[in-house]
Amino acid sequence: MNTSAAATPEPTTAETAFERPNYLNAVYGVRSWLLTRDHKRIAILYLISVTIFFALGSLMAALVRLELLTPEGDLMGPDTYNRVFTMHGIIMVFFFLIPAIPAVLGNFLVPLMIGAKDLAMPKLNLASWYVYNIGAAFTLWAIFNGGVDTGWTFYTPFSTNYSNTYVVSTALGIFITGFSTIFTGLNFIVTIHRMRAPGLTWFRLPLFIWSTYATSLIVVLGTPVIAITLLLVGAERLLHLGVFDPKLGGDPVLFQHLFWFYSHPAVYIMILPAMGVISELVAAFARKRVFGYKFVAFASVGIAVLGFLVWGHHMFVAGESVYAATIFSVLSMLVAVPSAIKVFNWTATLYEGSISYETPMLYALGFIGLFTIGGLTGVMLATLGIDVHVHDTYFIVAHFHYIMVGGTIMAYLGGLHYWWPKISGKLYPNFLSRLSALLVFVGFNLTFAPQFVLGYLGMPRRYWSYPPEFQVLNVLSTAGASILGVGYMLPLFYFIWSMRYGRKSGDNPWGAVGLEWDTTSPPPTENFYTMPVVTQGPYEYNREEVHNRLTQEAPLG
Amino acid sequence: MAEHVTSRKVYFLVFAALIVLTVVTWLVAQVDLGWANDVVALTIAVTKAVLVLLFFMHVRTSTRMTILTATAGFFWLVILIGLTLADYLTRGSSWLPVPGK
Amino acid sequence: MASSPLAHGAHHHPALAHQFDTMEQQKESSTLGMWLFLVTEIMFFGGLFLTYVVYRSRFPAAFLLASNSLNVLLGGINTAVLIGSSLTMALAIWAAQVNWRKGIVIFLLATIGLGSTFLVIKGFEYHDKFVEHHVPGPNFNFVEENPNVHIRQIAARDPNLGRHASIFFSLYFIMTGLHATHMVIGIAVLIVMVVLSWKGKYDARYYNPLEMTGLYWHFVDIVWIFLFPLLYLLGAHAAR
Repeated sequence: MNTSAAATPEPTTAETAFERPNYLNAVYGVRSWLLTRDHKRIAILYLISVTIFFALGSLMAALVRLELLTPEGDLMGPDTYNRVFTMHGIIMVFFFLIPAIPAVLGNFLVPLMIGAKDLAMPKLNLASWYVYNIGAAFTLWAIFNGGVDTGWTFYTPFSTNYSNTYVVSTALGIFITGFSTIFTGLNFIVTIHRMRAPGLTWFRLPLFIWSTYATSLIVVLGTPVIAITLLLVGAERLLHLGVFDPKLGGDPVLFQHLFWFYSHPAVYIMILPAMGVISELVAAFARKRVFGYKFVAFASVGIAVLGFLVWGHHMFVAGESVYAATIFSVLSMLVAVPSAIKVFNWTATLYEGSISYETPMLYALGFIGLFTIGGLTGVMLATLGIDVHVHDTYFIVAHFHYIMVGGTIMAYLGGLHYWWPKISGKLYPNFLSRLSALLVFVGFNLTFAPQFVLGYLGMPRRYWSYPPEFQVLNVLSTAGASILGVGYMLPLFYFIWSMRYGRKSGDNPWGAVGLEWDTTSPPPTENFYTMPVVTQGPYEYNREEVHNRLTQEAPLG
Repeated sequence: MAEHVTSRKVYFLVFAALIVLTVVTWLVAQVDLGWANDVVALTIAVTKAVLVLLFFMHVRTSTRMTILTATAGFFWLVILIGLTLADYLTRGSSWLPVPGK
Repeated sequence: MASSPLAHGAHHHPALAHQFDTMEQQKESSTLGMWLFLVTEIMFFGGLFLTYVVYRSRFPAAFLLASNSLNVLLGGINTAVLIGSSLTMALAIWAAQVNWRKGIVIFLLATIGLGSTFLVIKGFEYHDKFVEHHVPGPNFNFVEENPNVHIRQIAARDPNLGRHASIFFSLYFIMTGLHATHMVIGIAVLIVMVVLSWKGKYDARYYNPLEMTGLYWHFVDIVWIFLFPLLYLLGAHAAR
């Protein structure tokens, strides 16, 4: 994006970017990191935290898949298995998937992308990281004391009356971490409204900002409801203030209404930032404006709003009335529309683009395919007749993993690979990164495609043992999981390696267009040497240059 | 920057109105009006809340963004309660008899 | 708004944070931030109001009778006390706007006083409920020990009356307890505001934290405005 002549950044070579102070080397010492107000450093702090929890959640997943190698329950007892899959869900949902892209990439990029010096409330930003860790500490304490066995969904009355595990401390941990997310969401909304650079109107914003904004709306409106729901569970367990207890006349389905009112929009908290990343990747690596920019922008907000109207589709067989179920079914099909619009628009962006298959693009292309599968199976599940049969089977498990892993995690990795040079000023090894992307893609599909079949054939979820005829598919799934695991571990090594030994990247190794690329890599603490003034829309790739190159190299038609 | 300084007189008037409305809601509650009791009580409560919002919380002189934010919050509460009641009010309904429901 | 170069010699208000260009931008940002937080509070209490609506519609008789056992006079006095505290809070901000430092302190102290009065009265109410065995749990007893013959008669026909009443009381304690917790937090913040105001930190040019505290306090008042009729006035028309 062009900035006015007076605001061009001081030209730097790859070497000089490191000679002048940037946010990484401006101040040294543990205190300068733990007490930082710089959104970029806070993003790195979050990166460390969520990576630790991702590793923990993956360990739980590995235990699940190991147990499911054989039909009998032989690796662990049934109670332990319940705890393992519950902790896998809780850790992955609340401590990785919800914070990852907003708190890592969002925190780092939002001020840069809008030409601001920092977020609106830097101290609140730091506080949100500490709150995350306090909440995480409660949950970790619960894990080390045996965890919870209720499923990440905490359904009553099991969680309130019968479970003998550390429900309250886990719920408290999630409750506290919810505030971390709320603080971040508040910060983003205020920042995007009030701190855009001069000339940066709403429709000149990068689509990552639109997605982050829509995500923050969901966070502010939805997260408090899970907070009160968990509080009610705690009150019932600790103080016997029974509200969900059927013996007193309470309705367990009311818990489910309250729980899913947040937890369904929560999945949009997980996918919207990912979609924002994909918009950026597709534009950068097709060197082309995103097709239908306004449609994609409005679709983000549309998903955020519609996502609040569909929660009952988790309760089709739980006891809600058939009329409510029908309403929720229709609304659920509606919410697929804006997501589909985005997929069409990304595809149209690729058409006649100058596509390069760098690692971030590999992840983006993988996302588009896998998210489509996950999304289509979602429409299948919105159909009452189908859901009655596949609810609580591996079909559901496969559906949401296609979206959360094939979607969100791939977008997160793609975004990390794309912005890593901006964050660290270094390049990672090309071959290893592409190999990881391939391993992730292959491993993922091998893990979860068989689960669609398993679910369709009737294997229930959360079961510790299963009939022998399901073993082959389960073995395939576990094999895939091990490949996936390798694919995840490689970036951990080469990212850390690159910080010390990687080649310096220069300010804009991808030749991408965006305010964040108009400053040095890594950026200075104040983000820009001269605050930018915006005069053009986003993704202003030089179409003529691209067109000429295309017609010279590969005549169309 | 122009600051809207609400006068003390307005604040005292709003206070008086709120007290009066509280007494009214208590009085009306003494009479059995059936379902109308709830309607009246909620209407009075909403009126009191709006007075607090407009005058004490300065929404009357706030930016459009503030008004939109406050409205959205209450609207979302309506969604939460309304769509959930779509379940509770239609359980055991006989409009479209479905076996087992 | 012109872009501000970083190395500026412009004169800024000491309270202007580095990420903002003007005081107005800072004020609008902090106000918007506080309103967004209040939206989260609306949804937080909203879950409880939903629960109330659902169970009230299911067990109208039990809710009515249980509500009757609450002290409407104390609840009414508390309502007036809280409305009064909103008045004094608004006046504290007015005092800042007219540069009356002492006035800010006086009105904030009045707000704290009224808020504390509310909590004391609440304490008496809770004590009464405890003594009457209306606190859900192992000691809960709404029907058998109830001096009101009427209730025992209804319970003879509806054996679930006691259990359903316990749901009302659970909601009563959770909703008023959460509300009271918010008041305690509010009073703590107000104490900090008193100290800072006394030191002269706030005047007509800068009083954002007071405004934000006021927004929070008024919101807590609004919650009570709804709690009072829903919890206390349900059965006011029924014979005791």
